[in-house]
Amino acid sequence: MTADYLGLASALRPEACLVLGALAVLGLDLSVWRRRGAGERLGCALAVGGLAVILAGVQAWMGPRGPVFDGVLILDPLARATRGAVVGLTLLALGVAHGAKAPRQPAEYVAVMLAAAAGLTLMAASQQLLLGFLALELASLSLYVLAGFDRARPEAAEAALKYFLFGTMAAAFLLFGFSLVYGLTGSIGLPEIAAQVGRLGASPLLLVAIVMILVAFGFKAAAAPFHLWAPDVYQGAPTPSAALIASASKVAGFAFFARLLWPGLGAAAGATRSFGGGPGWLPAVAGVAAGSLLLGNLAALAQSSLRRLLAYSAIAHSGALLLGVMAAGQAGYAPLFYYVSTYGLATVGAFGVIAALEREGRCEEIADLAGLHRRSPLLAGCLAVFVLSLAGIPPLAGFFGKLFVFAAALRTGGPAAALAVLAIALSAVALYYYLAVLKQALVAAPAAGARPVAVSRVLALTLLAAAGLIVWLGLDPSVLLGRF
Amino acid sequence: MSLLPWTILLSLAGAVLALAAGRRSARAARWTALATAAGSWGLTLAAATRFVPGPRLQTLVDLPWIPSLGIRCHLAVDGISLTLLVLTGLAATAGILFSWNITERAGEFFALFLILVAGVYGVFLSADALLLFVFYEIAIVPKYFLIAIWGSTNRGYGAMKLALYSFAGSALVLAGLLWVYAAGGAPGFGWAELARAAAILPREQQIVVFAFVFFGFATLAGIFPLHTWAPTGHVAAPTGASMLLAGVVMKLGAYGCLRVALPLSPIGFAFWQPTIAWLAVIGIVYAGLVALVQQDLKFVIGYSSVSHMGFVLLGLAAANPQAVSGAVLQMFSHGVIAGLLFAVVGRMVYDRTHTRRLSELEALPLRRLLPFAAAVFVIAGIASMGLPGFSGFPAELTILVGSWRAGPIWAAVAALGVLVAAAFTLRAIQLAFFGSPPAPAGSAGPAAAVVQFEPITVAEKTGALLLVGATVLVGLKPDLLLNWINPALQSPLLQAALRGGRP
Repeated sequence: MTADYLGLASALRPEACLVLGALAVLGLDLSVWRRRGAGERLGCALAVGGLAVILAGVQAWMGPRGPVFDGVLILDPLARATRGAVVGLTLLALGVAHGAKAPRQPAEYVAVMLAAAAGLTLMAASQQLLLGFLALELASLSLYVLAGFDRARPEAAEAALKYFLFGTMAAAFLLFGFSLVYGLTGSIGLPEIAAQVGRLGASPLLLVAIVMILVAFGFKAAAAPFHLWAPDVYQGAPTPSAALIASASKVAGFAFFARLLWPGLGAAAGATRSFGGGPGWLPAVAGVAAGSLLLGNLAALAQSSLRRLLAYSAIAHSGALLLGVMAAGQAGYAPLFYYVSTYGLATVGAFGVIAALEREGRCEEIADLAGLHRRSPLLAGCLAVFVLSLAGIPPLAGFFGKLFVFAAALRTGGPAAALAVLAIALSAVALYYYLAVLKQALVAAPAAGARPVAVSRVLALTLLAAAGLIVWLGLDPSVLLGRF
Repeated sequence: MSLLPWTILLSLAGAVLALAAGRRSARAARWTALATAAGSWGLTLAAATRFVPGPRLQTLVDLPWIPSLGIRCHLAVDGISLTLLVLTGLAATAGILFSWNITERAGEFFALFLILVAGVYGVFLSADALLLFVFYEIAIVPKYFLIAIWGSTNRGYGAMKLALYSFAGSALVLAGLLWVYAAGGAPGFGWAELARAAAILPREQQIVVFAFVFFGFATLAGIFPLHTWAPTGHVAAPTGASMLLAGVVMKLGAYGCLRVALPLSPIGFAFWQPTIAWLAVIGIVYAGLVALVQQDLKFVIGYSSVSHMGFVLLGLAAANPQAVSGAVLQMFSHGVIAGLLFAVVGRMVYDRTHTRRLSELEALPLRRLLPFAAAVFVIAGIASMGLPGFSGFPAELTILVGSWRAGPIWAAVAALGVLVAAAFTLRAIQLAFFGSPPAPAGSAGPAAAVVQFEPITVAEKTGALLLVGATVLVGLKPDLLLNWINPALQSPLLQAALRGGRP
């Protein structure tokens, strides 16, 4: 093994930026900003953190391509695009944090967000089981902390505990699965594993390992039946944390597992074009996708809480994204990545609107949105863009994400094609609950005594950037698709 | 000929400007909206004067849009789409004139109205199935908000029902199109590419795919069991929006059936042809009978729309050049007449009397109080019944003659529907405008006598005259439109479908 430490250092510059940024925020907060008020400390921490994230983005853009450090890391188009998306979504989540209620320890909060981002960017690029697991754990542990950061609220504590318990359980399954894969193939590098799996075929032990890996994947993606944490975390976590969990973490998770499943375990996928073919992970993923589509869309109909609605819509979107994973073997990662990143944009934006409203009063129920068009036309307009994109209305990006994934799934044929038709049918169901949100925001009159909502300039910029990106990526999807 | 794409951009620009102007005053917003709508209509008319009819789609713009899927930004026009583009401009302009009294959130109203209009222009201009679908969906969302915010009578229900039916229909269309595209390995979404891809599929799949696409579009055209969104939605909508919905948006569905579904799979069409024809004639008669017993005047008009759209579907199902050209003519004719009827009922009568119940209207001497409204309603009613001299006559006659060739029984039942239409129209005219006010007897007498309504405004008169002029012009000289439509039916793709499904 030729250890190329210089190459490794240059490939890991984005992560270095993020970690150094986190340390800088903590250090400055302990020394220079110590005597300032909480709001000012948050502003300073976010400014330094934002700078670190932007630097990380620049480094990721300019960084090397191809395998690094003997194939431990791979900087292929998927990794580069995912890193870019994680960095961008983290930046937007920082913008949301600026407009949300200030946490009690602002510097620590921002530092943990940066640490999570570092874990996520590393996940996107890792091509080795051990590094991948460590990156996943770095990101997950940071996200557990972020979910429970607001210790004073019992809901936040409940959300964090649930997230932590489910998450560690999933991590244990994943590690067990990884150890089985290592035991079978004698390697932790994906290219070597792929070669060995291709030679061995789908042995029973490998299938056990795959099931364990899929449990962890289902958890990360909030897919049914591993979704139970999602509604509570979306509801209880501080809004910027929820925004990060729902967007950047999802993008990195899908990239990581898609890489694990196709280049790593692609030989054990099973039959793509027919139902009930040979054993493999595709039928299992198809089952999870069908469950998520049905459960997410139908349960969302019954929600009255806005955040829980977003959580169930996230579960439904996970089902559609799993179709993208199933189709990735034939169609490549472009449809999956386009869908998940534009979905992340819309979700961050929706949480941004919630954050702005929470600062002025409460925003728990969908009915709390009533009269938003009068209280803040900016928020109402942006929310309309985000929700309609989630619903998949052209020319917004959400529609094209669905279009690309469904077209890829139909080209793949077999169960993926049947599920694509199911997903298209369910999109009409989804329109009902999305319109119910917009009905409150744009049609209903404001509640008595509702005041106009003041939106901080940074948050306004964040929301406009997210909405603008959704429109732009919708009008010209080739900007993203052309990168693959 | 490259004027037409500007209609889409001009309408979108008008939406933005109207939204901005609405922050200043409602007056500024409505003048902005009127200027852009009339401007777009002017563009379509200017393009029409230079139009050379022919069998081919005349490409206006053709740019790659999403190369990885072969989706192109391809805009083109032929006689069929030109007819409907002119109708869109007319209906949009008249709709704004009849929305002159909107004062609440006026900027947003006209912005949504113009976005809807832009989507409609886009659908009629698209020559790429996916581009058409994008514009089709752009037209759905504004409908919901126009009804839910500015509507009347159970508006939340009507708006949601209409949006969900439209969206479910379009989901079927998308599923069908993507299926053909993926399973047939089409390089793109052009009409010919999709037709070639569909021809590769096995017969059973072609039948299913055709059903997805045709019934998806036909939902929006108000085909019989899927029509229930139309009366509730149109009744709940504000006047300008119901004029646009019944006048133009239902045509989107019929146009999709004609342009996308029929050429897609002649085999699928041959299988479904009798079903479609029967559903169409059932719709004609059933909706007419329902209209006959309505107590709400606007519901009469709402069901009459479904009945008249049944003729369009029958014309498409009969699938010979005569019937199809009649169907396109009927699309234009119904667009104008339904707009006129909704304008009288929603704006001229309801906004003044605040009732649409026939029993209450009967008690008002409306023909003396609102003579202009009464005159326009009578003219529109006569046109709607299909009397000679108005556009409904050549349209329905051509459809009946054409469908007689395809299946005499369908034509016979549909002809029965014409009688029913005459009955419910005459009943509506009689009860609403020529009722007998109770004789001023004793105590209640003076109250009824002193009712005064604000006079019909200039905007209303202008809008009504535009629409009446259009229906009379086409009624007297249907060749104006038929000369555009007939050559377009000679295109190879439509010919394949028009051979009655025989490949």
